[in-house]
Amino acid sequence: MELLNKWPIYYKKDVISHYCPGCGHGIVHRIVAELLEEMDLGKQAYLVCPAGCAVLAYNYFDFDVIESAHGRGTAIATGAKRANPKLFVISYQGDGDLSAIGTAETIHSANRGENICVVFINNAVYGMTGGQMAPTSLIGQSTMTSPAGRSPDVDGYPLHITDIVATFPGVTYAERVSVSSPAGIKKTKNAIRNAFQTQVEGLGYSIVEVLSPCPTNWKMTPAKSCKWIDEEMVKEYKPGLLTDKREEKRKERA
Amino acid sequence: MSKKDKIFTVKVRRDFCKGCGLCIAFCKKEVLGVSAKLNRMGYHPAEPVKPEACIGCLMCTQVCPDLAIEVYSE
Ligand SMILES: Cc1ncc(C[n+]2csc(CCOP(=O)(O)OP(=O)(O)O)c2C)c(N)n1
Ligand code: SF4
Ligand code: SF4
Ligand code: SF4
Ligand SMILES: [Mg+2]
Repeated sequence: MELLNKWPIYYKKDVISHYCPGCGHGIVHRIVAELLEEMDLGKQAYLVCPAGCAVLAYNYFDFDVIESAHGRGTAIATGAKRANPKLFVISYQGDGDLSAIGTAETIHSANRGENICVVFINNAVYGMTGGQMAPTSLIGQSTMTSPAGRSPDVDGYPLHITDIVATFPGVTYAERVSVSSPAGIKKTKNAIRNAFQTQVEGLGYSIVEVLSPCPTNWKMTPAKSCKWIDEEMVKEYKPGLLTDKREEKRKERA
Repeated sequence: MSKKDKIFTVKVRRDFCKGCGLCIAFCKKEVLGVSAKLNRMGYHPAEPVKPEACIGCLMCTQVCPDLAIEVYSE
């Protein structure tokens, strides 16, 4: 008997994660570990963990991981990559982390075109702290701090941070994907592969926004959460390529 | 041997499964169902209910956030 889905070498075996049942973080972790193995980047990998549910990601990945203060992932990633360009640097961040408290770091690292990869988990809430409204929460979305639904009059509009940074000349690759279906998971892996390749070639900043279920705070079953992404979340955050300047940058650097 | 002639065996690592049901929802062949018994973590894990229907598509392994499924071919 041959095992068809081999365990990724950069993911610790037989460790049970703290993630809730059906949480998208686990799917994206696996994809990151698989790609580091497939692209032979594990030995030089350096992943920056956020404050958020992925705060304990260092317990699961079997390569170098550092912990960041809330929102500062891309500042740490910048320092690491500049100090040692041989490192393969990933900043893994949630939507509260990346698009609320970390807005300044996100915008400026992207604008500087740092040669780093950002994996951005958008679950439309502050997951770890109990499901408060995030800048990414949808209009009408009921959260801990918007029980009657997010109202634009009081709370403003869903923030499209990836679309914003995609307009920057320094942002070489930006894509929005979703892990709500096998097809979406396949696209997510392809997008993160392209983002990783961008850094490998020294072409600048790359970011992949992943629409990701948080069944616990959405108060839905995992299957319903996937449906909610496909039916509601994608209306606000349309999956697709936001920018790909790799060819342009290759020519510039040639 | 073509893929069609192969026999696929799906195994759920019972004590690593959180019973989220995603594999059950996304398996087109309805191979998987919910176990009546609790596992070590107190979840009702997924288990094969129609194992012979497995076509080895690996969709269940793609959607499982906890790497709790193994698919074998022979
Ligand atoms: C400076 C600081 N302020 C506030 C917090 C509390 N805090 C921890 S995680 C978090 C939000 C996490 O949400 P998100 O980044 O969306 O990650 P998720 O848990 O949803 O994956 C907050 C506000 C903190 N850890 N540090
Ligand atoms: S609270 Fe949400 S994001 Fe956090 S582990 Fe649970 S499901 Fe995942
Ligand atoms: S491999 Fe495909 S057919 Fe077999 S159990 Fe998994 S999803 Fe179902
Ligand atoms: S997807 Fe994984 S964790 Fe969820 S029920 Fe299936 S085997 Fe268990
Ligand atoms: Mg979040």
